[in-house]
Amino acid sequence: MATTLERVQKIISEKLDVAIEEVTLEASIREDLDADSLDVVDLIMDLEDEFGLSISEEAAEKITIVKDIVTFVDGQKA
Amino acid sequence: MLTNQVAIVTGGSRGIGRSIACTLAEAGADVVIFYAGNQVAAEETLAAIQATGRQGLALQVDVSNQEQVDAACKQVLERFGRIDVLVNNAGITRDNLIMRIKEDDWDQVLDTNLKGVFFCTKAVIRPMMKQRSGRIINISSVVGVIGNPGQANYVAAKAGVIGLTKSTAKEIASRNITVNAIAPGFIETDMTAKLDEQTQKSMLGSIPLGRFGAAADVAELVKFLASPAASYITGQTIHVDGGMVTS
Repeated sequence: MATTLERVQKIISEKLDVAIEEVTLEASIREDLDADSLDVVDLIMDLEDEFGLSISEEAAEKITIVKDIVTFVDGQKA
Repeated sequence: MLTNQVAIVTGGSRGIGRSIACTLAEAGADVVIFYAGNQVAAEETLAAIQATGRQGLALQVDVSNQEQVDAACKQVLERFGRIDVLVNNAGITRDNLIMRIKEDDWDQVLDTNLKGVFFCTKAVIRPMMKQRSGRIINISSVVGVIGNPGQANYVAAKAGVIGLTKSTAKEIASRNITVNAIAPGFIETDMTAKLDEQTQKSMLGSIPLGRFGAAADVAELVKFLASPAASYITGQTIHVDGGMVTS
């Protein structure tokens, strides 16, 4: 089964049209991956669907790099 | 023109909404109407949609209730798999002089005519963003631009729709979703039939073309704005008012 990182990488890669290799743990979603505010909202909704969880506005605001997403998702599962 | 597209028309059972629903179906779209309570009228419209050979669906939805709106849009997606066009047409009036407008009359009109547009728009944006295409067409009113005594609540809501249209258009233009408003003037429907003779007469005097409009006049513009031909038009308010307002 795919790891959280792999699933997150796949979603981001598809949503933002970037290569999977670019979606590293330390990549900044807005700066390195070039997402605008609408992309981020869209991405959050896709992540909610993929992982079957709800990401609050407050939690979403704290997400800046890919690792933040992986940590959040794993934290919800634990 | 709109072959295999899926359109939602709120307030689609009667008046301008019915004309829009039938016109979009004739242009090739499957059409879902949201109606508030007149089931007989909704079934008539549904039959007219189906008579064009397209699929139709009539759902009873209070557009001012977000849960109902979300559930209805979900139902549309489950049945048709996509939403290409949203026409926010549902509207009510509770006319009175501002000194006599009760809070409840204000709230009901704002809830249906403005908040309802917000809820329906919010519900369809996501599928439209995923599709990277979509058309949202909001039915405002000429009075939302020029004001009208005795309709402060309705006018406030319709002016609000124009502002909402402009903001939404700018927010989601990058996803190839266009958002426009139509400002009909005096169109002959059940709603305008309620106006007294004197009001009708004085309105006629303010229309350069010298006649009232028909629901089809509005429906034809909706069809155009929903079509590929209108892909470069967004954030606009287009008047269908016989020349009452010129800009």
